[in-house]
Amino acid sequence: MKRSLGRVVVAAGMGLVLAGAVAACGTDDKEAGGGGDSATTADCSAYEQYGDLSGKSVTVYTTFVDTEGASYEESFKPFAACTGLTVKYEGSKSLTADVLGRIEAGAVADIVAFPQPGLLQQAVATGKVLPVPAAVAQNVDQYWTASWRNYGSVGGTLYAAPLGASVKSLVWYSPSAFTQYGYEVPQTWDDLLTLTADIAADGQAKPWCAGIADGDATGWVATDWVEDMVLRSAGPQAYDQWVNHEIRFNDPKIVDSLKEMSKILRNDSYVNAGIGDIVSIAATPWTDAGTPILDGQCFLHRQASFYGGNFAAENADVGENGDIWAFYLPSSDPSSKPILGAGDFVAAFADRPEVVAFQTFLSSPEWANEKAKVTDGGWTTANNGLVKSNLKSAVDQLAYGLLADPSAEFRFDGSDLMPAVVGSDAFWKQMTAYFAEVKPEQDVADAIEAAWPKD
Amino acid sequence: MDELLLHPTTAGGKLLLMIIAIALFALVMALVLILADRPRRRPRWVTAAVFLFPALALVAFGLIYPALVTIRNSFFDQTSDDFVGLKNFGFILRDPEFLTTLRNTVAWVVLVPLLSTVIGLVYAVLVDRAKVEKFAKTLIFLPMAISMVGASIIWKFVYDNRVGALSRAYVTVAGWFGSEDAQAPYWLIDAPWNTFFLMVVMIWIQAGFAMTVLSASIKAIPDDIIEAARLDGVTGIKMFRHVTVPMIRPSLVVVLTTVAMTALKAFDIVRTMQGRLYHASVVANDFYTWSFNNNDKGVGAALAVLLFVIVVPVIAYNVRQLKLTEDIR
Repeated sequence: MKRSLGRVVVAAGMGLVLAGAVAACGTDDKEAGGGGDSATTADCSAYEQYGDLSGKSVTVYTTFVDTEGASYEESFKPFAACTGLTVKYEGSKSLTADVLGRIEAGAVADIVAFPQPGLLQQAVATGKVLPVPAAVAQNVDQYWTASWRNYGSVGGTLYAAPLGASVKSLVWYSPSAFTQYGYEVPQTWDDLLTLTADIAADGQAKPWCAGIADGDATGWVATDWVEDMVLRSAGPQAYDQWVNHEIRFNDPKIVDSLKEMSKILRNDSYVNAGIGDIVSIAATPWTDAGTPILDGQCFLHRQASFYGGNFAAENADVGENGDIWAFYLPSSDPSSKPILGAGDFVAAFADRPEVVAFQTFLSSPEWANEKAKVTDGGWTTANNGLVKSNLKSAVDQLAYGLLADPSAEFRFDGSDLMPAVVGSDAFWKQMTAYFAEVKPEQDVADAIEAAWPKD
Repeated sequence: MDELLLHPTTAGGKLLLMIIAIALFALVMALVLILADRPRRRPRWVTAAVFLFPALALVAFGLIYPALVTIRNSFFDQTSDDFVGLKNFGFILRDPEFLTTLRNTVAWVVLVPLLSTVIGLVYAVLVDRAKVEKFAKTLIFLPMAISMVGASIIWKFVYDNRVGALSRAYVTVAGWFGSEDAQAPYWLIDAPWNTFFLMVVMIWIQAGFAMTVLSASIKAIPDDIIEAARLDGVTGIKMFRHVTVPMIRPSLVVVLTTVAMTALKAFDIVRTMQGRLYHASVVANDFYTWSFNNNDKGVGAALAVLLFVIVVPVIAYNVRQLKLTEDIR
């Protein structure tokens, strides 16, 4: 008997190791407080329509973690405090890889924020995504443009309301350096090329900085560049055809756009990643690629509005007359104003009253304003119910202004709309080869076209 | 109650959950052990069944079932709904990039075990019975304690083009030879050499494993054999070639094949350091990309099946050698 007792102890020990391992594998699983919070003093009148949801809970799954995730949880608090709902928030960077598996296993959250419309389409194809409730559809019609409604729809049915948004057609520059050397913000693409040539001739530093490395997502920065160039060189109409594969990826219009882009990105005297040759662009993390502007190592960097947070982290003075600011990447014809942007979309997998209520809240101006107030920078939305001054960062206000500009022609990030095999594999891979192997434009386009699914 | 048990929110709740889980595990194990221990007059197969059941159930559920589903999926389309025959395999074999991937995988399977074993063996012989043996062994064994992903991140810094130790060393050495503004090569970008620089990470880890196993079997060589060889005038290299290596041959084979199997699964290093870029991918990494990034389960499963087909001969050889070793003892 003594022997078996010893075995039991060993078994218990093994159990301890196992349980420890399980505990260590926990995800970023937190809760945004439900009731009785500091926010009880808030004005609850805006939330009365949602009724009393105490004792109910809703699970939310997004890609936002760390400070970004915390600001989302913070933005749910007034709603939670007023209605009594418990919001269970989970953020994970691997959402794009595991969400379809979770849906299939029936273990998906009530509400999921999809970072790409392409992924939303795949999720809808499983048949598990519910079309939005009437109240959400009403909000989307009221506060978003028709094109945003379209990005959240599959086959004409609205499945997801837009959440956040970003503007990608921005070029970061240093207003103080521009004043010092007498440079001016260009108004057309040709002006931009002239400015680039001037800066290179002055020889202070390379005109442009670029970097596209991002782990196994390396390349997306370059695809954004291509999309902006197609919008400017081939035009918004050709852009739509290109994204929907109505014209081939190696159509002359697209190859010409790539060649137009090469005027800057493939010229050794115009661009690098702060040091070295063009190949260094492939090796440099996108997060580090723009900050050399602050040290005078380069003058221009094309990157989305959310990059403002990276400059803020360097304690730079972000503002129209400060150390760092952004201008709209101009088009060849100043009368047209195409804007490239992206955003995420909220879909629901349950229709319990509390889920519907929370989903409706997320599509309302109340949430957008609440989110703006608790975010330090790097977030905006295309919800026109947002009060611009609630956005804390000047760049976010600039981006919101561009999104709300009625003369602008908004287009969604094309690689997010293309099939994943192209949009987040071949396109990324070939654009990395564009830098790392200095692969000719035609070969890049041919290789991506070859990867497009045939059916 | 289920809320409290499945989604504990406080540290105390999580601790309680952990204790309950451990208690449950201990209880089940204790039950199995007591049942197996209790009545003496019972056919042997019952005892065997009681002990085998948990392992067999886990293997069936966690290994055999998924393997069968994967094989099935490899003949189905991307959502596993429609039968497509050999289309997925045809797609893979027609992809020119896949040949590069296959070449890389073969390079991994051949070079990593060879180099790890050679380095481990030479090191084991060199430090055998030396004064600092224990310390020297600890040094080379330490990387074994680092996870593949951790090691990959460390080496990524070593290879970094600006601040990496290797790049700085290159620039410094180039400076000695009069090259003033030399630029370090892009270690992880220039194909096909980048695959070799990725392999270094695994060799760095596996050499310690090879050294440990081989050192133990070198020590197990009976002293009288060594002595007899000495009396016959065998020393140095000859001793190594004609006595040491033949005596530890079974261990050598086991080390080689074990490392080869690890190399076949070299997914974590490639994914952490490289993704599918720069022609450095391996089959396991492609399998992940197709299954979870491109969401094409058919092609993903077909890649997994191909990988399985490549692994089978290595495992068969390994098992045979293990059996041979056991027969000798």
